[in-house]
Amino acid sequence: MTENDGFPHGSPPGSARPDSAPPNGAPPGNARPNGTPSEAPARSDGVDTRLIVERGTFRLDVALRAAPGEVVALLGPNGAGKTTALRALAGLTPLTGGHLRLDGVALDRTPPESRPVGVVFQDYLLFPHLTALDNVAFGPRCQGATKAKARAQAAGWLDRMGLTAHASAKPRRLSGGQAQRVALARALATRPRLLLLDEPLAALDARTRLEVRAQLRHHLAGFEAVAVLVTHDPLDAMVLADRLVVVEHGEVVQEGTPAEIARRPRTDYVAQLVGLNLYKGRAEGHTVRLDAGPVITTTEDLAGPVFVAFPPGAVTLYRERPAGSSARNLWRCSVTGLETHGDQIRAALTGELSLTADLTAVAAAELDLHPGAEVWAAVKAAQTHAYPA
Amino acid sequence: MTRTPARRTLRIAGAGAAALLALSACSSTSGDATTGASGPPELSGTVTVFAAASLEESFETLGAEFERQHPGTEVSFNFGGSDSLAAGITNGAPADVFAAASPKTMAVVTDQDGTAGRPVTFVRNQLQIATLPGNPDRISSLKDLTEPGLKVVLCDKEVPCGAAAQKALDAAGLDLEPVSYEQDVKGALTKVELKEADAAVVYRTDVRAAGDKVEGVDFPESADAVNDYPIALLKDAPHARAAKAFIALVRSAEGQKVLTDAGFLEP
Amino acid sequence: MSAESRAGGPPRRPKGSRGVPLPLLVPALLGLAFLLVPLIALLLRTPWRGLPEQLTSPGVWEALRLSLICATAATALSLVLGVPLAWLLARTEFPGRGLVRALVTLPLVLPPVVGGVALLLALGRNGVVGRWLDAWFGITLPFTTTGVVLAETFVAMPFLVISVEGTLRAADPRYEEAATTLGASRFTAFRRVTLPLIAPGIAAGAVLAWARALGEFGATITFAGNFPGRTQTMPLAVYLALQNDPAAAIALSLVLLTVSIAVLAGLRDRWMRAT
Repeated sequence: MTENDGFPHGSPPGSARPDSAPPNGAPPGNARPNGTPSEAPARSDGVDTRLIVERGTFRLDVALRAAPGEVVALLGPNGAGKTTALRALAGLTPLTGGHLRLDGVALDRTPPESRPVGVVFQDYLLFPHLTALDNVAFGPRCQGATKAKARAQAAGWLDRMGLTAHASAKPRRLSGGQAQRVALARALATRPRLLLLDEPLAALDARTRLEVRAQLRHHLAGFEAVAVLVTHDPLDAMVLADRLVVVEHGEVVQEGTPAEIARRPRTDYVAQLVGLNLYKGRAEGHTVRLDAGPVITTTEDLAGPVFVAFPPGAVTLYRERPAGSSARNLWRCSVTGLETHGDQIRAALTGELSLTADLTAVAAAELDLHPGAEVWAAVKAAQTHAYPA
Repeated sequence: MTRTPARRTLRIAGAGAAALLALSACSSTSGDATTGASGPPELSGTVTVFAAASLEESFETLGAEFERQHPGTEVSFNFGGSDSLAAGITNGAPADVFAAASPKTMAVVTDQDGTAGRPVTFVRNQLQIATLPGNPDRISSLKDLTEPGLKVVLCDKEVPCGAAAQKALDAAGLDLEPVSYEQDVKGALTKVELKEADAAVVYRTDVRAAGDKVEGVDFPESADAVNDYPIALLKDAPHARAAKAFIALVRSAEGQKVLTDAGFLEP
Repeated sequence: MSAESRAGGPPRRPKGSRGVPLPLLVPALLGLAFLLVPLIALLLRTPWRGLPEQLTSPGVWEALRLSLICATAATALSLVLGVPLAWLLARTEFPGRGLVRALVTLPLVLPPVVGGVALLLALGRNGVVGRWLDAWFGITLPFTTTGVVLAETFVAMPFLVISVEGTLRAADPRYEEAATTLGASRFTAFRRVTLPLIAPGIAAGAVLAWARALGEFGATITFAGNFPGRTQTMPLAVYLALQNDPAAAIALSLVLLTVSIAVLAGLRDRWMRAT
């Protein structure tokens, strides 16, 4: 990837950034600023950090490791601390504790301008008074490149992004997707060892988003260093990232590949994100007594604390108690809300067990579902999934 | 600093009260005569006096005395540069009495028939050199001010104290280049009080009012530039009777005592 | 910030006064009249016949030249000191910042003459600072043209600081952050990103400061005195002319007005409309 991008490797002369070491034959850690030989005798590429930021009553404590070439998504609800974590990585918010090492170099005390970190901000923050070209050339200029050289590099980046025609346009003349790509080019032009993307697609409308997501995926796949993106959109996270780190209330609640997380959510938030009903309980063989009260029969044979999950589509609703179905998981519930979900109706239920159920509009009409309606909810054991907590 | 002499003048005012009472009684009877028998013998209302800034302290004292002698009256002062006061009067400012620092500024009002009767000179003011306390530059004459390196401020030629200073300099045949032509006497004095200038040519009354922050040096040429202060009742005075009584107080022996204590010369 | 608003550019302003509500139009016109009538009165009373004579006197041009030079120098000084001060107030946190901001605006409420006295006490020959300037460098500021510039700066700079600080507060500080993540030091970020972004606010502040400095009277005459060619600016000349020759004062005011209107209108076209 880097071999044919047409740009000189490493930092220009005069750069304070510690990424000047060539990728192969790296010098020992003691040649790097802040690196202590005893601590990092072997080269440890990528990000190794524990970010602790305390602000008032809010505390962020997130440990994160990522190897070069890896794309990690910090996924979480609003206010979980994702953006704070990103700002701490960039050096825009100081750490109150923990550590941050990038390619073996401690960056805890390094000011943002000296970190080999590039950021694509949520609303891009393209400098409105500069053309697209000069926005991208800004980083190389700050790193000491001559104006001509910085512009040449910038032109190369814009070309890669397919934006050559818009090089002389001011940001307000760019479409959302174009602005996003200029922002990405601007961040990449500093040749960062860590690329941060804050809600990279949130500012786009649905149609542009689809297209830009695909392009971004392509560019991230070609990025040789670590990329961390922050998002509250599970789809963005799953499409773009190799690994998800779910953050809630300032803490990591689950970590893994998108597939792992989708299959085995460990918090209500994650379960909701991936569209599953999730319960915690204690298993004895095929029976799980849920903390919420009722019992679920599962196909797995487990013992001890477990999670049980099943998709809303696995739920069947009845107005009358179905006869001769004692073996099945059956709960008496009432409808608290209905909403369309794709071409289906999603019903929120409460009662013996709180759950969501998907059914067709026809079925919903036949059952005469409305808020307050009493129903029976059934789930086949084969459609549940239990795993150790 | 300025309190003590003021209080002294008040005591003196008390001593001469009998004479003043007679005087005011006299003026009020004359008032009766003009307004008819139905009018009350007491004076009342607010006398508005436009007076040159240099008169401020003396007139405040006399105003308080006037109010004491004539309960029910009030004296309201507007002190300022004589020129702007004159401009105010000719443009219709509601005033009863105008006391100017020069006949020239009074003429602005009389030229427009703004006064009732002829203005009379009630005091005169003479120039003095104001030096730093202790006179460190040993200034003893107007000529000493032309010493090179000495920072002297004069009033601008457009204002009375500047015109007077120029007259004195001309009389002495001296060519003096000041560091600044100040817009009024207070401005000139402030520069010396703050030790920014070494000397200023100002009025005796100003030197007196500044207390020990400056030291006054008399010079003979000041006799050529004595300033007359005219006072006049204004034509459209809303409270003419009380205003006349105030002018009488200013011109009385009692009034003159207060004014000479402030450094003015008797006419 | 949706994609539409980004792509669409700035919204077009409706042209013309059609649809201006009366409750706005009436006070607006009254306000305009209130500001213009005194100027019109000045024009009406201008002794046009004596004007050529007034304007050919060398003193007038000397005072006008000095006024323009000093006001421009004071504006430049205000820019050099005031823009960083505004940045400090808008972009950093330090104890007592609210108090500092209040103190910065003090010269606005202080009677200018008092400001002049304060300057004398600070920078005069015996002033707190001026004493050392005199003893160490032999510099005395009162009664000098430099003194005029300082007095005007003292009175005019708050206008610039307030204007620039307001613009800075309205500007998104994250642009500076974006610049630092691109390798710019905080100063480079300020110079290459913030400064261009707030240029319109700086221009507006500079124009205000210049206008205020041009009309400055009290602080100037108190601190720098009044000497033709050295410290006598137009407002001082006007004031002193007013003492004996109101006609001359009106003529001088007219010159000052004409020049300042010409300059302000020229600047407005050049700076304020620029995007």
